[in-house]
Amino acid sequence: MIAILLAQTIAITGGTVYPVSGPKIDHATVLIRDGRIVAVGTNVAVPAGATRIDAAGTWVTPGLIDGGGQLGLTEIGAVQGTNDGGLRDSAVAASFNVSEGLNPASVLIPVTRIEGVTTALAAPSGNFLRGQAVLIDLDGRTIEAMVIKSPVGMVVNLNENSKGAGGGSRAGAAARLRRVLTDARIYAQRRNDFQRAQIQPLSASAADLEALQPVLRGEVPLIAVANRQSDIATALRIAREFRLRLILAGAAEGWQIADQIAAAGVPVMVQAMDNVPTYDGLGIRYENAALLAKAGVKVVLMETDTHNSRNLRQQAGNAVSYGMAWEQALRSVTLTTAEVFGVADRYGSLEPGKVANVVVWSGDPFEFATGVEHVYIRGREIPLRSRQTELLERYKTLPPRY
Amino acid sequence: MRLYLASALLLLAAACASGGRSAPPPAAAPQDTTDRPPYASTYQRRPNQPVLIRNATIMTAAGQEIAAGSILLRDGRIVAVGATVDAPGDATVVDGTGKWVTPGLIDTHSHLGVYAAPSTPAESDGNEATSPVTAEVWAEHSVWPQDPQIPLAIAGGITTIQALPGSANLVGGRSAVLRLVPARSVQEMKFPGARYGVKMACGENPKRVYGSRGGPSTRMGNMAGYRNAFIAAQNYRRRWDKWIKDHQGDPPDRNLRNETLAEVLRGNIYVQNHCYRADEMMQMLDLAREFGFKIRSFHHAVEAYKIADALAREGTAASVWADWWGFKEEAMDGIHENAALLQQAGARPVIHSDSESGIQRLNQEAAKAMYAGQRAGIAVTRDQALRWITANAAWVLGIDSVTGTLEAGKMADVVVWSHDPFSVYARALQVYNDGWLVYDRNDPSHQPRTDFMLGRP
Repeated sequence: MIAILLAQTIAITGGTVYPVSGPKIDHATVLIRDGRIVAVGTNVAVPAGATRIDAAGTWVTPGLIDGGGQLGLTEIGAVQGTNDGGLRDSAVAASFNVSEGLNPASVLIPVTRIEGVTTALAAPSGNFLRGQAVLIDLDGRTIEAMVIKSPVGMVVNLNENSKGAGGGSRAGAAARLRRVLTDARIYAQRRNDFQRAQIQPLSASAADLEALQPVLRGEVPLIAVANRQSDIATALRIAREFRLRLILAGAAEGWQIADQIAAAGVPVMVQAMDNVPTYDGLGIRYENAALLAKAGVKVVLMETDTHNSRNLRQQAGNAVSYGMAWEQALRSVTLTTAEVFGVADRYGSLEPGKVANVVVWSGDPFEFATGVEHVYIRGREIPLRSRQTELLERYKTLPPRY
Repeated sequence: MRLYLASALLLLAAACASGGRSAPPPAAAPQDTTDRPPYASTYQRRPNQPVLIRNATIMTAAGQEIAAGSILLRDGRIVAVGATVDAPGDATVVDGTGKWVTPGLIDTHSHLGVYAAPSTPAESDGNEATSPVTAEVWAEHSVWPQDPQIPLAIAGGITTIQALPGSANLVGGRSAVLRLVPARSVQEMKFPGARYGVKMACGENPKRVYGSRGGPSTRMGNMAGYRNAFIAAQNYRRRWDKWIKDHQGDPPDRNLRNETLAEVLRGNIYVQNHCYRADEMMQMLDLAREFGFKIRSFHHAVEAYKIADALAREGTAASVWADWWGFKEEAMDGIHENAALLQQAGARPVIHSDSESGIQRLNQEAAKAMYAGQRAGIAVTRDQALRWITANAAWVLGIDSVTGTLEAGKMADVVVWSHDPFSVYARALQVYNDGWLVYDRNDPSHQPRTDFMLGRP
């Protein structure tokens, strides 16, 4: 769904380029044309007429991808009228896709992208089977222009918040999920009987059962939010029984069963800056991301505070502090994320043919001392302005000029 | 984890909804309840060998950054700081090569102990949300010393906190200034001689909590609520002052609510005021003028930068976040450069956490705010930014003459860092609280665990 752009060629020259798909390249050029990357390397001929960006001394990376928040779906936390992220009354909302709730004019979007996050998951909220998450680029005037892939996952809670949907027990929630998935199978085999009411009532609406078909076929992954070791094991078990593609999210105690997660080939989305114990995850610790990665698990780092999705790079830096290799942390906010969401053919690295989401940093992107110098989304240079930069300009000298 | 996706917003909102020489003993009126003996601090310094940290980069928060410097701690005090310091024979020598040393960090806005983990209603003791003015409650009577969040904050280099009641109420109650050490009782944590603060809250929270429960339901209702409370306290103070002077008849009845507010009027208790919007802070400064007290610090103060000149003039500090914003309307105008703009105006910025997670990375929050300011062309020095989480915070609590900088004679509240503390890669390696090695990242025998975590992963 790449918007048609005016033909434009941009050459970012002389920076240290981190393609992520391969080792870093010093003094390299990234050539962008018509929204795509066309060349990366030290021997790239810059066509006449190209806009040249001198990036000497800078670090050039793919735009960061955040899998944690609700960008576009929430504006002001406490103002219900601005929140469109979830269905309040339905425990089973498989057919709920967040797309039409997206607000391309959200002030959060410029705040986020000018700090290097160019792509984000917009996930539904809720207590049990929340619905369908989509992936968006943080640029575009319409929903259609923003959405990269829809759906990228079906989100379900398998944690203390889902107990209500299961009648008050984790076992009840797991059983309810199995019932819904089983009914979705039955529904697929007996659609006509269902419509003529010639089978016993199923546990979800036709729309929800229909929405689960791509999940049962393994085309859309189930994103299970589970934290306690036993809940993670339940998610793995259910995925095995129904042959689902599973992504774990949260996974506070994932490090305790990292070998099982690795053996199942299941990727995990974690926050590296979480370590405060609750009964849903008493074993939570900063080393979680690194220990999972060491066990061979594919790790995606995320920032779940939507307003501060820009702190994804701080999450990555802290993951490094607590044992993750730097290169792996960069991959965990770019290419691994793109792989897990099924868009690595277009996103996550600096390679010819990929969508030109590129960030030019003054230094190590994870460091606080580092600023963003240029951001490109689909080859468009993003002005480094937001409502917050406008407030700064207005009040930099007092009294302000209104 | 539990903050996954949308629930983060709710928790954020909930956290905020909750909202000297030992400082010289306050000039006390007889009924002054500050550190009244039944509630006295029983804090005692732990004995420790003298410690010499040598060849480290020492950031004093008092104007100096000493490369390859040394610092000597003995009997809970900093004895000497400089390029060369002689070690006594019995000193433990810590090789600080490649490491950084700062004062222990101080968080002016914490709910550790009053909103303890694991965060069930059983540990939710921060908001006495039964009346809009509860000046009579004291945070220390809620603090749970076994809160498993306390060792996590210690491992982040925190040596002192102000534990505050939440922000549901116009006047939420007294704060507790606590030394962050493992203890069986809060009394063992109370910072000796520190004054109490009183938590006050502006804006959306009291309106929301009491709007359907008899009020206040508006910002003007909030203002009337503070004024009525202080008028009552003025009368109370007058009756007591008269009785203290002439001892005629029975003493007036004690009233805990008025007792706290009368102490504010006497200047013995610091006002710690949760307030987001610039215009509301200006109203609160007027309120303080009406009743003749000072507001020690605004807290959260996401719009403080809009009135940085006024805050500098008033001598009121602003305890702010580096980047929290957007969780409610009064938080929409938060900007990264808030602290730096306050610094530029000559006001007194502090970076606070209001978070059991953020308190563990107060150095990172200060770094974000410092570098954002520098990138915007605002002159902020490393020493100033360090003061946002040390000396300035100590001032807000009135303990700046005894802690908050690395200077001879100050309490030995010291952190040894693996990297420059303004780097994302810095971790606290050692934390000395009053000279005692309370935390050592490389020594499990110096990694306190609360009772709660025993037998658990």
